[in-house]
Amino acid sequence: MLEDLFHKVKSRVMVTTPDADAHISIPRDIMFKCPRCQKAEFMDQFEQVGKVCPHCGYHARLRAGERLEITVDEDSFIELDGDLKSLNPIRFPGYEEKIAKLQKDTGLTEAIVTGTCRIEGEACVIGVMDSHFMMASMGSVVGEKITRAFEYAQEHRLPVILFTASGGARMQEGIVSLMQMAKTSGAVANHSDAGLLYISVLTDPTTGGVAASFASLGDIVLAEPKVLIGFAGRRVIEDTIRQRLPDDFQSAEFFLEHGFVDRIVERSRMRDTLGKLLRMHRREEGML
Amino acid sequence: MSKQATAWECIELIRHKDRPTAADYIPMIFEDFIELHGDRCYGDDAAILGGIAKFDRKPVTVIAQLKGRNLEENKKSNFAMPHPEGYRKALRLMKQAEKFGRPVICLVDTPGAFCGIGAEERGQHEAVAKNLMEMMRLRVPVVSVVMGEGGSGGALALAVCDHLAMMQNAVYSVISPRGFASILWKDASREKEAANLIRITAKDLVELGVCDGVIAEPSGGAHKNPALTAEAIGTYLHHVLPKLIEKPIDNLLQTRYIKFRKIGVFQE
Repeated sequence: MLEDLFHKVKSRVMVTTPDADAHISIPRDIMFKCPRCQKAEFMDQFEQVGKVCPHCGYHARLRAGERLEITVDEDSFIELDGDLKSLNPIRFPGYEEKIAKLQKDTGLTEAIVTGTCRIEGEACVIGVMDSHFMMASMGSVVGEKITRAFEYAQEHRLPVILFTASGGARMQEGIVSLMQMAKTSGAVANHSDAGLLYISVLTDPTTGGVAASFASLGDIVLAEPKVLIGFAGRRVIEDTIRQRLPDDFQSAEFFLEHGFVDRIVERSRMRDTLGKLLRMHRREEGML
Repeated sequence: MSKQATAWECIELIRHKDRPTAADYIPMIFEDFIELHGDRCYGDDAAILGGIAKFDRKPVTVIAQLKGRNLEENKKSNFAMPHPEGYRKALRLMKQAEKFGRPVICLVDTPGAFCGIGAEERGQHEAVAKNLMEMMRLRVPVVSVVMGEGGSGGALALAVCDHLAMMQNAVYSVISPRGFASILWKDASREKEAANLIRITAKDLVELGVCDGVIAEPSGGAHKNPALTAEAIGTYLHHVLPKLIEKPIDNLLQTRYIKFRKIGVFQE
């Protein structure tokens, strides 16, 4: 115990000195260097465990395709509305170009992929937001795809699972993006009134207008460990109150403690947890 | 009605020190306003003023974001930036209105929901989200009027409604022009340029299909003649409310959903 204390002090001293490792460049595709604990791991090893750091448990951000691969039953995913593309509602300069470049770089059409699938045999509608596409901000397409996903699920009496991630509303679409918060929340309300299950899984980062709309409206709200959740950005709060915030402020654990998250689920247990929850909500003959 | 001012001119008008606040308007528009306090959960947020009043001799629920007329009042009402308990008080009063079958009138005027430690701890995101969902299915008519500043989700949490009106010089935006310039251009001093670019005036919002009607202000802005402005708001509500009250409730809810459902610009 006492030694641990000394170790801690020692490592703190090391942090304040210039980083000795800074000169060693690690090839990105062979090794993964954890942004949290700074330890390195072979990339294939890291990918094999769903991009979770084996040393500190850091859950790296996943691409939508990677998330689907570790979540849904093999060959069960059928995409919905994959051809929806953004236009430029307030004619914001450079917006079309930015979207076109992101489409090329990410291979995605927009910041969310939706579809139907099975998880451990249970049919559901799934949506996965991808922070690699403009920090998964919500504009018209994201709002429309989520709304359609809930409407489809309602029509076919299916549960909805959304993996949320977002910096918030997409500023480049102005007021139109703000209205997507109301629109998606309305779709959640209708699906909910039909007695159907909605599970939201908060992944890194779920903030702003997405946290303040459909992401918080799940019957069950799960979160991956240590992810950032919150209404306002950290810098905005620090500027408002003129003091530094503690490191764990707005983490999943913070919101679990304050009662806004049902459960923190590690990535390796997510599929199994979702499968169990879906089975427990299966509507069977003779149920109340 | 005078010509539509530019976005920046609007911002200067709504920031005018004499611009009337909800506290000025409520006694001029409504009769017998009785304020009701608290969210029954944590506390009472002075940034949101709510209660029951009479309009056209019938009871209505009035919920307003309250700016102060001086520093003292602004300190008390936190410059109209609500905490979660403010939104939860608003929702409590809306559910009360639903139970007793009276329409809800929201007067929106906020720079945004407050950003701070307590606000995050008490779930600002959840409070806003819950209001959006519950207002969408509230079984009484809801009319919202953006009085001055409609700041992002903090405004929307009182503006999921059957009819959205804006004062002629009001603005309503996804983020303040200052925030926009700061985040997208890393330069908050380009606030004015952002204001005129991001389409936030009443006229813009009518064109974008978000705003349903504009209430005229006296030439030079509402502060030039608060009584006349209040009369214009009263006349407007008198025109809009009866039509909403007449509609069968399921029809009204369907129309409310579609009103927001159809907003979005994309191709497929």
